[in-house]
Amino acid sequence: LLLPVFQASKYSSLWPLPQKVQISEISFKLSGTSFKIVDAKESSAGSSCSILQSAYRRYYEYMFGSAKKQWGGKNRRADLTELHVWITSPDSECDAYPGVTSDESCESNYASCLETFSQLVYEDEYGAKNINSSKISDFPRFAHRGVLLDSSRHFLPIKVILANLETMAMNKINVFHWHIVDDQSFPYLSRTFPQLSQQGAYHPYTHVYTPADVKMVIEFARLRGIRVIPEFDTPGHTQSWGKGETDLLTPCFSGSKPSGTFGPVNPILNTTYDFMTQFFKEVSTVFPDTYVHLGGDEVDFTCWKSNPDIQKFMEQQQFGEDYSKLESFYIQRLLDIVSTTQKGYLIWQEVFDNGVKLKADTLIHVWKGNQQQYQNEMANVTASGYQTLLSTPWYLNRISYGQDWQGFYKADPQDFKGTDEQKKLVIGGEACLWGEYVDATNLTPRLWPRASAVAERLWSASNVTDIDDAFNRLSLHRCRMVERGIPAEPLFSSYCPHEYKGV
Amino acid sequence: MFEVMSGRYTFPKYNLVLFFFLQLGLQSVKGVWPLPQSFTISSERYPLNPQAFYFAYGKQSAAQEGCSVLDEAFKRYFSLIFPDYISGRFYSEAIFILLYTLCLSTGLETFSQLVYQEDFGSYFVNKTEIEDFPRFQFRGILLDTSRHYLPVRAILKTLDAMAFSKFNVFHWHIVDDPSFPYQSRTFPDLSAKGAFHPMTHIYTQSDVRRVISYARMRGIRVLPEFDSPGHTQSWGKGQSDLLTPCYRGSTPSGTFGPVNPALPSTYKFMATLFKEVSSVFPDSYIHLGGDEVNFSCWKSNPDVRAFMQKMGFGTDFTKLEAYYMENIVNITTALNKTSIVWQDVFDYHERIPKDTVLHIWKGDPASYEAELSRITKAGYRVLLAAPWYINHISYGQDWRNYYTVQPLNFSGTEEQKKLVIGGEVCMWGEYVDATNLTPRLWPRASAAAERLWSDEKQTSNVDKAFPRLQDFRCKLLRRGIQAEPLFVGHCKHEYQGV
Repeated sequence: LLLPVFQASKYSSLWPLPQKVQISEISFKLSGTSFKIVDAKESSAGSSCSILQSAYRRYYEYMFGSAKKQWGGKNRRADLTELHVWITSPDSECDAYPGVTSDESCESNYASCLETFSQLVYEDEYGAKNINSSKISDFPRFAHRGVLLDSSRHFLPIKVILANLETMAMNKINVFHWHIVDDQSFPYLSRTFPQLSQQGAYHPYTHVYTPADVKMVIEFARLRGIRVIPEFDTPGHTQSWGKGETDLLTPCFSGSKPSGTFGPVNPILNTTYDFMTQFFKEVSTVFPDTYVHLGGDEVDFTCWKSNPDIQKFMEQQQFGEDYSKLESFYIQRLLDIVSTTQKGYLIWQEVFDNGVKLKADTLIHVWKGNQQQYQNEMANVTASGYQTLLSTPWYLNRISYGQDWQGFYKADPQDFKGTDEQKKLVIGGEACLWGEYVDATNLTPRLWPRASAVAERLWSASNVTDIDDAFNRLSLHRCRMVERGIPAEPLFSSYCPHEYKGV
Repeated sequence: MFEVMSGRYTFPKYNLVLFFFLQLGLQSVKGVWPLPQSFTISSERYPLNPQAFYFAYGKQSAAQEGCSVLDEAFKRYFSLIFPDYISGRFYSEAIFILLYTLCLSTGLETFSQLVYQEDFGSYFVNKTEIEDFPRFQFRGILLDTSRHYLPVRAILKTLDAMAFSKFNVFHWHIVDDPSFPYQSRTFPDLSAKGAFHPMTHIYTQSDVRRVISYARMRGIRVLPEFDSPGHTQSWGKGQSDLLTPCYRGSTPSGTFGPVNPALPSTYKFMATLFKEVSSVFPDSYIHLGGDEVNFSCWKSNPDVRAFMQKMGFGTDFTKLEAYYMENIVNITTALNKTSIVWQDVFDYHERIPKDTVLHIWKGDPASYEAELSRITKAGYRVLLAAPWYINHISYGQDWRNYYTVQPLNFSGTEEQKKLVIGGEVCMWGEYVDATNLTPRLWPRASAAAERLWSDEKQTSNVDKAFPRLQDFRCKLLRRGIQAEPLFVGHCKHEYQGV
């Protein structure tokens, strides 16, 4: 039985591993009573920059929050008393939203620098805070590093969403992919169509996200450098939409009579497209990110096939028996609608696989198959000139016994046969935590630290593959998350100096 | 015949009769778990007023006011029954509910599960007739506090949840290879050198007392396990000479193996340690482990080999293991404790007292069913754990596997089947600590709870059990237990934590 034995890494507890890091032996003492994080004189951002000021406070708490006892501060000599944060970009982006083109290098992005700095702080045997003289140069390998949460299969109270956004920031994850509605429930309270959640949520008051809730999530994320990309998945995965919007879904037929059940969105009615136009107009104003995820996965054709009006339409359009042509017909019109709202879009791979005409800046989200299959898909998608995101090896909802984080760590989104040009089209990936078996009771331990493995794969250099070193650093990083109040589960038999205080 | 005794508190076979008013009528059961042996609920219902409700002792009741366990239970169950009610004073004019019960905690538990709230928050209970008793006497949960330290609070929370599912034994696998958190009064170095941290990651004597008394209030026995001769790496840190030094050729390699069975000092130490353990843990049973002993270190050690020769064991190391275990069982028998050991001890043909209980943990159904036959044929009592290693997580509704186990499905006589005294859900700690223990245990362990309590014929349909377990899970949430979901859906009151 080979038991992984924890040993100290020369990279301390840094996670994800920075692109270039050198830690010396020279240590400096820090004292909570005298330490300050301030804007450098030369910085383009100042005390009016809310994002920065709230980040300074947050990181101060992380570093010194556990040192509750301040031992007569005046007499303790600290070696290091200030951290100067120097934002170099001319547009300080203080009030802007993060985007896919944001420069996240440590030179200019406060969030990743502060996180890295806080990770270098450690307690010595006297309980005093120390930091070793270090030289770090950092930037992410991929621009899109996401986590998907599903608030339809189970409602997720705001608190757990916010706690996980906090944790994403600790791991340099910069995209929250909010799979907000699906078959089972529609918790999104739409201003234009309030009946969608009125009828479609698990409970119209207790299990919904009001406009204020949504604003809170977006702002909370923004202050942590995280983009919020909503997904409104159609034409499949829409059972709950039909509760509040009759005529939206296709009535299925049993022979010549309606069976009482409903299928995907009805692609042949003009009312469908009127609805989608108004709905996505609202979505584009509520969610400020330049991208929106439109889904398009797993469309079951049986209901369409059974419906006589649809059969007639298929004849008129000369689609024959090929229902993927009908699916394309719908998606095409949907994409056109969304384009008029000035948003780019992400779609699941089926839309590409079925030959739909897509805009050049469409992001194709690969999620299906075994390793061979998804590698082929990545090759095909990039060969066609599209940008792509990988999720297939990172379905974190698929739990199993043992240290499965290692499998997530080993997967590489650029691991497929293709040219360098093609590889450049891989803009990143997402860890998906689908909600069939997940809600607030078990979400956080199931997501962390397993998603941290994905986070490092997407941030650090491609040659950072030493799994033993990763185990050592990730063990400490996990204890740090626990110390910061996040119930990240253990990797293996071990202990943290400060165990989780919740029950 | 053997009686399962709970420490100093002897209960004859559980017999629980809850009487409400006699009225017959059937209604779907919402969230009552485990399913009582006989259960009829009518549609006629009565409002309950938390301001006027109270528990009282019947005239014929053997226990009366002043029984601390009961008084404590009444207080506890009052808050569980009326979760929205902030305590006030309670008076007379209550609905008269007769509760004849010999085992108070399970009776109160069942009653508490029958009370429900309407949308406006009012409480009701329907006319119900229940007759209930458990199918098996021993219904346990194993927690492992060596692979990861579990704060006392996490243990107490687990005891609360155990009571809700009518588990009645907490098997505390307190020490093992990775750490020794038990702070011994006689051998303080064991935890001082063997715990993950000698101050923060230990169980003091008062911690242990707290756990035992908290469990007692809930009708739960605490069964300690001090596993040897294997699984003892952490013991050697504070007790040098206890473990066998392994050899590479003719020189010690620096590593250590199982407990050294060739030294008299070993048995002296064990006798002293178990004397303490016997007094600290009041239950009349003790678990001695005895599993997964690796012989290679013993083989490598010349002194151990010499001992083997002297004892006439030749090169058969199973005989050496047997010699060791028999000595340990003798020690605990002399301390008036009955031993429970893992099946390995039986498999190695060790000579153990007839009242020793064997704990079956290995293999697929074919293997453990064969083992059940073998062990009961030899006349020993058994506990079944093999199908309930719920630390082995997998994607999907695995609770169904735990629910459909048939503990008596093995070839044997009626007499043999009677020797199966119960079973245990094991939550080994390699990948578990306070961050994920509760959602991983509940409600999956509850599936096994029903298998151990209820009548198998009435509870053989998994699909029928599903909605009732879903409701029960929502009840657990309401009671502050962070139980994870079975499948898509929602509860009226979701978990509001992180």
